[in-house]
Amino acid sequence: MSAAGTAREHGDTKPSPTPAVDGPPLRIENLVVELPGPHGTRVRVVDGVSFDVPRATTVGLIGESGSGKTMTAQAVLGLPPERATLTGRLLWHGEDLIAAGPARRRTVRGREIAMIFQDPLAALNPTQRIGRQVGEIPRRDRLPRAEVRRRVVELLDRAGVPEPERRMRAYPHELSGGLRQRAMIALALAGRPALLLADEPTTALDVTVQSRILRLLADIQAADGLAMLLVSHDLRVVSHVAQRVVVMYAGRVCEHGPARDVLRRPAHPYTAALVRSVPAVRTRTALADPLPGAPATPANRPAGCAFHPRCPLVRARCRDEVPEVREVASGRWSACHAAEEVLGS
Amino acid sequence: MIRMVAQRLLVGVFVMWGAASLIFLIVRAAPGDPATVLLGPDADRTQIEQLRESLGLDRSLGAQYVSYLGDVSRLDFGQSHRLGRPAMDAVLDRLPATIDLTLTATAVAVIVGLTLGMLAGGRPGGALDRVVSACTIALQSFPTFWIGIMLVLVFALGLGLLPSSGVGTPQHLVLPALTLAFPFIAIIARLTRTSVAETMREGYVQTARSKGLGERQVLLGHALRNSLIPVVTVVGVQVGALVGGAVIVENVFAWPGLGSLVVDAVANRDYAVVQGVTLLIAGIVVVLNLIADLLIAQLDPRIRTGAV
Repeated sequence: MSAAGTAREHGDTKPSPTPAVDGPPLRIENLVVELPGPHGTRVRVVDGVSFDVPRATTVGLIGESGSGKTMTAQAVLGLPPERATLTGRLLWHGEDLIAAGPARRRTVRGREIAMIFQDPLAALNPTQRIGRQVGEIPRRDRLPRAEVRRRVVELLDRAGVPEPERRMRAYPHELSGGLRQRAMIALALAGRPALLLADEPTTALDVTVQSRILRLLADIQAADGLAMLLVSHDLRVVSHVAQRVVVMYAGRVCEHGPARDVLRRPAHPYTAALVRSVPAVRTRTALADPLPGAPATPANRPAGCAFHPRCPLVRARCRDEVPEVREVASGRWSACHAAEEVLGS
Repeated sequence: MIRMVAQRLLVGVFVMWGAASLIFLIVRAAPGDPATVLLGPDADRTQIEQLRESLGLDRSLGAQYVSYLGDVSRLDFGQSHRLGRPAMDAVLDRLPATIDLTLTATAVAVIVGLTLGMLAGGRPGGALDRVVSACTIALQSFPTFWIGIMLVLVFALGLGLLPSSGVGTPQHLVLPALTLAFPFIAIIARLTRTSVAETMREGYVQTARSKGLGERQVLLGHALRNSLIPVVTVVGVQVGALVGGAVIVENVFAWPGLGSLVVDAVANRDYAVVQGVTLLIAGIVVVLNLIADLLIAQLDPRIRTGAV
């Protein structure tokens, strides 16, 4: 079948050391995710999101809860909530995954695009040993047992699990939170994906473990030349590992650009407020300045710019005209009518 | 693990004691006494008094209770004054027939119930789910004896495919076993459906999907084992109830098991037999629950290692 043919093609081009000439591996174009709301309505939880995840790059996807960031990642993986509808295009090496059938999506999942989930205790099967779960994809490829075992040990070792031969026989509840997340990372790498989705990979972990897991993810990403989409509400997490940042608010993209630039000099008032609300992102002495007002939700999205009720720079135009995401400076994209003003301040 | 078994066995002893005490009181609270029933309406007072004395029924309730518990603890379950032989012998004679019936019914119910529940729960809200739900509600709503009579009307009297009552051939087993199995199928199917549907929403099931597994691989490889845990508990309890349910079914189908024995014994105030049957069933329930607990520990490593 043609689907299998294209899968093999992508497989061959995956870990290419030379820079890509054929565009980014993942291009999200005008993605809309709708969920059923009360009284037969449809709620747009993701509303026209577009951005790229370039080769060998970590893209941080930031937003508060309800901003649609996790939903975007789930849509890319092809596992959105039940009864969700996806429209727009998810171009995976040029192939639209939304138009592709469920069978094709299954061949992409795990082997081309893999996901690291937020809570490793919930995301690991309590009744199966770690090794069995990590080795499932090689096992289903009917590799010999010794080879599967070798692969599992290698993967666990890669993910920084000490004594992998012993730990592969453990059940998830017998491991610490950090080790569980390392096992989860090994599991995600088992299919040798080209794109790693990480949904709040450190949120459920102890603070002391968080930075080590982040460093591990960054190391693996850099060593394998993976594309990584790191979903987080935590600016500090994103600023540590991401080269590019996409900021979302109420299901829409506010701005995106190089991580350093976006966090140093935001082009959207929401990003600016986020940066101000986090202590010690820029300097050790900065005081946290919490965002005023409650976040807009997709079910209750204000007209015009969704951020306008909380925006210090709000003007008449913002109340009824939805701002387009436009290039406001070289490499800087913002969905704010007053982006130039924000950048200049 | 060994500690758990010891603990359960200790609890089992208390359960047996409770069952023994309850049934001791209940048979004696029922109106009429064995002597009157045995001797018939024409017997005179002195005959009745003499028989009561020889049966030990003239003593106080407390004294009877103490000697009864003493006998039971020595595994002496008393004489059946009606059958003129040790009560437990009579009970054990009838036990195999009841075991045949309940084991067959359990096997049928587990196989059919699990399959239906899995099919329905794998895709909640689907067409299959709605059909299974409707059928199981119907099965659970009809009383056992009615199902039995209907099966006899259709398959024995109407189509003449199967014998309507009695024992002898495997065909004799079909209708009573099905009658007993039907409500049990419904219970297992509904429970499995709920459990599977819940498990299919778990994080680790989503992880399995993220590996590119199809829904069937996800269900069989990841969800099933976890969703069986609550089912096993209930099946363990319900098989005990099934032995109780067998009493009715055995009477409908003239099946020579514990059911007809105990109905006869109750009618004749044959205390020793009623008590013997009750204790035996209580013992079976205790053992079944222990087996269920061991099975669950086998299914869930968290319980095995005492983590939960």
